[in-house]
Amino acid sequence: MKPLLQVRDISKFYGARLGCRDVGFDLYPGEVMGIVGESGSGKSTLLGCLAGQLAPDTGEVLFDTRGEGPRDTLKMSEPERRMLARTDWAFVHQHAREGLRMGVSAGGNVGERLMAVGARHYGDIRDQAIDWLGRVEISEDRVDDKPTAFSGGMQQRLQIARNLVTGPRLVFMDEPTGGLDVSVQARLLDLLRGLVREMGLSAIIVTHDLAVVRLLADRLMVMKDGHVVETGLTDQVLDDPQHGYTQLLVSSVLQV
Amino acid sequence: MYVAVKGGERAIDNAHAWLAEERRGDTSVAELSTSQIREQLALAVNRVMAEGSLYDPDLAALAIKQARGDLIEAIFLIRAYRTTLPRLGASEPVETAKMACDRRISATFKDAPGGQVLGPTFDYTHRLLDFKLAAEGETPQAPEAEPAGGPTPHITGFLNREGVIQSEPEGDEIPPDLTREPMELPANRSLRLQSLSRGDEGFILSMAYSTQRGYARNHAFVGELRIGAVAVEMEVPELGFAIEIGEITLTECETVNQFTGSKTEPAQFTRGYGLVFGQTERKAISMALVDRALRWKELGEEDQGAPAQDEEFVLMHADNIQATGFLEHIKLPHYVDFQSELELVRKLRREAQATSMPEAAE
Amino acid sequence: MTDQSYNFAYLDEQTKRMIRRAILKGLAIPGYQVPFASREMPMPYGWGTGGVQVSAATLMPDDTFKVIDQGADDTTNAVSIRKFFEKTAGVATTEETEKATVIQTRHRIPETPLHEDQVLVYQVPIPEPLRFLEPRETETRKMHSLEEYGLMHVKLYEDISQHGAIATSYAYPVKVEGRYVMDPSPIPKFDNPKMADCPAIQLFGAGREQRIYALPPYSRVVSLDFEDHPFDPSKADHPCDLCGAEDSYLDEVITDDAGGRMFVCSDTDYCRARREAGHVGAQAPAMKEGAGA
Repeated sequence: MKPLLQVRDISKFYGARLGCRDVGFDLYPGEVMGIVGESGSGKSTLLGCLAGQLAPDTGEVLFDTRGEGPRDTLKMSEPERRMLARTDWAFVHQHAREGLRMGVSAGGNVGERLMAVGARHYGDIRDQAIDWLGRVEISEDRVDDKPTAFSGGMQQRLQIARNLVTGPRLVFMDEPTGGLDVSVQARLLDLLRGLVREMGLSAIIVTHDLAVVRLLADRLMVMKDGHVVETGLTDQVLDDPQHGYTQLLVSSVLQV
Repeated sequence: MYVAVKGGERAIDNAHAWLAEERRGDTSVAELSTSQIREQLALAVNRVMAEGSLYDPDLAALAIKQARGDLIEAIFLIRAYRTTLPRLGASEPVETAKMACDRRISATFKDAPGGQVLGPTFDYTHRLLDFKLAAEGETPQAPEAEPAGGPTPHITGFLNREGVIQSEPEGDEIPPDLTREPMELPANRSLRLQSLSRGDEGFILSMAYSTQRGYARNHAFVGELRIGAVAVEMEVPELGFAIEIGEITLTECETVNQFTGSKTEPAQFTRGYGLVFGQTERKAISMALVDRALRWKELGEEDQGAPAQDEEFVLMHADNIQATGFLEHIKLPHYVDFQSELELVRKLRREAQATSMPEAAE
Repeated sequence: MTDQSYNFAYLDEQTKRMIRRAILKGLAIPGYQVPFASREMPMPYGWGTGGVQVSAATLMPDDTFKVIDQGADDTTNAVSIRKFFEKTAGVATTEETEKATVIQTRHRIPETPLHEDQVLVYQVPIPEPLRFLEPRETETRKMHSLEEYGLMHVKLYEDISQHGAIATSYAYPVKVEGRYVMDPSPIPKFDNPKMADCPAIQLFGAGREQRIYALPPYSRVVSLDFEDHPFDPSKADHPCDLCGAEDSYLDEVITDDAGGRMFVCSDTDYCRARREAGHVGAQAPAMKEGAGA
């Protein structure tokens, strides 16, 4: 099987300060990769570089495109990258406000990606939007409401629906449960786990919350001060951490 | 019975005749001459020249008279006239360091070569209505002094020599011309400066003021403000060298702003720049503050999302002739658009009523 | 009658050449907004300075010029622009659509079908169809270049979900030659179909916004819609009360305090020609009938 994404030697500096350094890994179709670390560890910088939002100083990000096989997304033109971003890729932001159009109804939010790739039948678009709202447990009668009228948890579920409606091949998630109440987090995680299984999603999830990766990720990368300090299967890393920092991270969670 | 909306042409002619009469006002009061406007309303003339982008005090005075004192209308007249002028060429850059200063002050140094020259300023006057002006009478002669000899060097030049202010790169590229090419965004600094220099004084003032109140604050000091005459030189191709073709009065303001610096670069002050036709110091200072605010990207500052940092917002809304035209165009008939809206609203209401009717019947 | 102190059609030849280059570029890339160095004109921005500059660059001494505003030749702004070119270009003017070679318009397309020897010049206030979805010019230009028009349909989707119909009745966006989404200027959507496959050259000038765009003859122009909510160029469901026309766009005129109203052709030339040919509407004044016969 060919990897969906091959990441090679990604480094990013902010002036003299290190963002992340020499990061590389392969992601296979259907696989979920978790990237954990505390704030300032470089995990969000890395995600930005992978998703085409930041330009790294070195490295390549090879994505297995539908048409032409593996291509370095960093070398793509902006039109190509934007096209990828609205078709095969999806990005779930930590703050739903950044990923939603707050002035547009829930149905319009979900429908936008469909329309962006050419859907022109109002009834079909609306049906699909309603179907997706159902899948993220938002009832049909909220389809014409604006996200401003939704709770934080609902907004986040709406953002997920908006991203997944076109069946993206790769999903980037930045702290998808951050900033939500614990009970809301649990429900969202449960939902995400269901969707990941059901759709066979390939995803890269950045989080500081080990519970998120325990539940969702197949593999794990632990970052500290811009470097990857440990990688492996999720259970292996969490149950038998090798690096001192990972041990600290795991034990601090267990103490809670 | 329907009366067609006819007679537009005659109505316009009559309106214009009435306007001419109103412009003249009471004929028992002496008529203003344009030279009176030029001499006695000189600051209005200066503003019209600055925002009209045409240095001609007599035409500006005529425009003010024709516009009944509405300065934006006068600026508009000047701009429309300017359009028809052929472009013979471009002058050499003016040497403001060689300005014959009527006024030259610095807020950063108590004294400097060339001295502080207050000049004809409203500063320090008490803003009390002077009823003597309502009566007629001669103005006493102001005392005179010999003009200081030699050039008046720029204050920022002293800072520059020490390296404590960021230096502006020398450039011989020909600046883009806002009046001859469409505005392209992002704009470079010379295009921004042109736009600010002819922008509406009130708008630029408010933008500058907003930076002082904390919306992208840049801690400005007036490093130097100078007003005076400079020679305009132009290279004549037949001669092969530059000759003086005239003299214009300019107001120039350089601000010294908050310093930047990092571990690798030592701390340095930064600067903003304002240059405007005529004696127009409020405008020149405002321009320098807004110029400085717009330079955040180049100076590696944070985008605070402040209006004065937003190049597109500032440049697209600074021109009062564009603004007033578009604002006032909503006076023009919009029957057709309104008619189609009206029909749509009626249709939507009909449909809404039709769908709610069955429920009501049950 | 030409005012000698100004060049033919007011603008100097260099400026006209610059505008013609923009027009040619616009014709070469239908629907694309070409930036041009709009000049200050002696009428205010927003009052047709774009159209006037395009007309000035298009008019030749032998042209016959017609100006309409809201479909009518005698509205104040139309009169003012017509007089301007009578004075500065000395061209012949007409109110008859058929006889005009250059027609400048604000908010309407004439009812009389245009032909190949004609140029229709539109005055455009806001040339950017995406402007009210995205205020930034730098971003909208990117959206055009990348053909990112999903947002435009989101707006139409929202209209339908809210009102049950697309609630845009004028300045209804169109797609040109399958590529650029274009603002047709604030014409009623009733006029949209006339833009498609039109034998005349259609030029659009936006002075304040410094843009010119164009439709070459016989261009493909499609009003945006959904398959199940097709574009509907409807108008008031009445015949003209003066000339009885059923196929023309109508103005509603309030006739008295008691709510009396009548519908009349917005295209005054079309209405006049029909009445002169003997067509009579339900409320046509008796005197006019006599005059027309």
